[in-house]
Amino acid sequence: MAQKENKSKKETKYPLAAYFEYYNQFLDSSIGKALNLRKISERFVYEGTKNGIKISNAASKVFKGSGNGKAVRLDPGTNSDLFDLSYNEDQLMIQQTIEQFAVKMRNAAEKIDDAFSINEELWNDFNELQLSFLQVPESLGGIMKDKSTVTQMMMVETLAHGDLGQALAFFTRHSVLNAIINWGTDIQQTDLVPEFLQEQPVMASIAINEPTPLFSPYELSTTAEKEGTEYILNGKKNMVPLGETCSYFLVAGKTKNNTNQLFIVNKESKGLTVTLERSMGLNAAQLCELNFENVKVHETAILGGNDGINYNEFINYCKLGWCALAVGCCQAVLDYVIPYANDRFAFGEPISHRQAVAFMIADIKIELESMRILTQRAVSKAEQGLDFEKEVYLAHLLCSEKGMQIGSNGIQLLGGHGFIRDFPVERWYRDLRAVSIAVNGLHL
Amino acid sequence: MNLEIPKKYKGIQNFATIAAKTIFRPVSRKYDVGEHEYPVELDLFAAGLNGMNDGSEGSLGGAATKREDVSDGQVRNGANMANCINIQAMCYGDVGLLLSIPGQGLGNSAISAVANPEQLKRFSKSWAAMAITEPNCGSDSSAITTSARKEGDFYVLNGEKIYVTSGERANAVVVWATLDKAIGKAAIKSFVVEKGTPGMEVVRLEKKMGIRASDTAAIVFTECKVPAENLLGSPDIDIKKGFGGVMETFDNTRPFVASMANGVAEAALERTKQLLEDKINLDYRTPINNVKSVEADLYRLEAEYEAARLLTLKAAWMADNRKPNSLDASICKAKAGRITNQLTLKCVDLCSSLGYSYKELIEKWARDSKILDIFEGTQQIQQLIIARRLLNKSSSELK
Repeated sequence: MAQKENKSKKETKYPLAAYFEYYNQFLDSSIGKALNLRKISERFVYEGTKNGIKISNAASKVFKGSGNGKAVRLDPGTNSDLFDLSYNEDQLMIQQTIEQFAVKMRNAAEKIDDAFSINEELWNDFNELQLSFLQVPESLGGIMKDKSTVTQMMMVETLAHGDLGQALAFFTRHSVLNAIINWGTDIQQTDLVPEFLQEQPVMASIAINEPTPLFSPYELSTTAEKEGTEYILNGKKNMVPLGETCSYFLVAGKTKNNTNQLFIVNKESKGLTVTLERSMGLNAAQLCELNFENVKVHETAILGGNDGINYNEFINYCKLGWCALAVGCCQAVLDYVIPYANDRFAFGEPISHRQAVAFMIADIKIELESMRILTQRAVSKAEQGLDFEKEVYLAHLLCSEKGMQIGSNGIQLLGGHGFIRDFPVERWYRDLRAVSIAVNGLHL
Repeated sequence: MNLEIPKKYKGIQNFATIAAKTIFRPVSRKYDVGEHEYPVELDLFAAGLNGMNDGSEGSLGGAATKREDVSDGQVRNGANMANCINIQAMCYGDVGLLLSIPGQGLGNSAISAVANPEQLKRFSKSWAAMAITEPNCGSDSSAITTSARKEGDFYVLNGEKIYVTSGERANAVVVWATLDKAIGKAAIKSFVVEKGTPGMEVVRLEKKMGIRASDTAAIVFTECKVPAENLLGSPDIDIKKGFGGVMETFDNTRPFVASMANGVAEAALERTKQLLEDKINLDYRTPINNVKSVEADLYRLEAEYEAARLLTLKAAWMADNRKPNSLDASICKAKAGRITNQLTLKCVDLCSSLGYSYKELIEKWARDSKILDIFEGTQQIQQLIIARRLLNKSSSELK
């Protein structure tokens, strides 16, 4: 991680940590302030923001202008050759801050699940964390030099430890931002990135899933046919987080020569209808169905420009996000069932004194650590710029299947209580069912 | 964060893999069929190892890893990790043969963990087996009845030990015995009994389902006089410290046993994929619901194997960095033990009657693998350890 200006005289190995230390002298150190990036944002908000793209109601976004032709990419993270599972000082500090926020998420989770939406106050609290700056390269207004896939995994995991559905909602925007930084053209970057660094950042979402059995992201039914300078989109997407509040979507579609690409589609485009679609879980994320009927997008609105992107790798970065989400939620299950099994008495002693119960809890731990370590491997390879297709596939498989098993055992351990909505485990069960299915919404 | 094998251990890994392929594999079936025959091929190999060990930070073969001092706060990769990598690679060759390498017994681990400097020196050239289990006690090692009675400068041992790996081939046995059965765990001490000591007799070599290359002995001690200076650690009975001391050895060795399992799993998975080569297409992309059943099986097995392998490296990494790893050592042993057993059995199944036949080693690995979920703490003992730690329960609460 890099910083723009370091006024602290104390040089440490971790410049960002020194930066926060410097600011903490002035800021009160109450909860949530440890990582107060507001000051940083005030300094570094990219001036171009005001002149940047307006969210128009026009039929499609057109990316024109005079970029220097070269998109900004973050460098692969550097690592010593050592096998090392520890987080650095920066990461620990960010984790601590997000953990505090996650407590608020947990406390509000039941209400949010019932209301099918996150309240404004919590959104404001989240936006104050200003996580975008930890994603965006220096030259685009952020503070980053190197890829920080590991840090982002930790962020998503920690948020999901608070609540899975909310974590998905909160990271939806940041996922689109990652996608633009990872894959956008220079013009797409300079047009779109500043909108994420504003005080009221833009909302956008990734839409890949389609409502069909045995869905595969590699066999899309949504088509994008080229006509002149435009692509015509037809098809259906669903399970799209926060669909109604988005300004635009990154939509996966199949082009005529059978390659899959992502298209930047304005929500207000003609022929696009967005409908709230209640589902088994993830209520906080307000899942939506998108229906495309001859929706026209300009040819410049293909993510990555004419050459498009490496679609397979794009999907793999989405899967990383879902792995981290599953790990965080399963940790929540484990943390919940331990005190429950100790406090719940049956036959004159805590149920945790019975091997049938205790061994289920041991197995949750064993499989959770399995999920976590495979996710860490895939993420660390991604951050280092190494091929991670195999690793993410295996991690995602384990997170899907063991994650669901943990969700189910979480309820089983609580017995009848587990089935009642006063207890969080039934929500986690419903949310964890999504992990094997969803590609949408997340992108590390 | 980085979970790749560090470059500095690639050499060890390559060397061990070559040894596994060129020394172990060619005789793997020979000593499976010829149970109790002495694997002479290992003598030369062991001699080479001992030469190498004198200059390296870890000992090849898995014995004797003392915790090194780590005080500079820097992350390091050390002997525990090197051992895990090495053991896995050799067990990819043959786990029974690894257990039979002269000079690399579990007793050596125990000696290096608790011996004083004088003992360390005196037993440095020993090949020491480990004798804990008795006919009437397995997992509950605190219940042993073999007794040690002090008589002048000697202890006199009486009792029967079973399942002593290399108990006949080794030139010493580390024996657990109690100074006073009435006191319980705290009175259990370990004694080095050298081969040929009067009163020590190997009465039987077991016939086993797997790891047949490794001899498993039953040893009877009858008024067996052992020099008092062969008692490892302190001769005093410290009620407060109790059993902790002797159990510490296991925290160190569990990741090594997990590595053995990982090696067997790696071998079985690799061979199965080779045999199925023209029947499968693993693209690591198509959703699991949309692939062939055999492909889905292979993906699942690989994911489990990778998890076991990485959890083992994690436990070793923690040991190298002096992070308390008792929980993680049990996690990796539990995971590796159970998935290797499931994996090898599934591999036989996938390869049909070919997998079941002596033509391939897969059926052998499926037999070998079962013990890996039993010795050095069964699956259920690991689950107990993990559960007690998570739930903060004593052994009298969570039995």
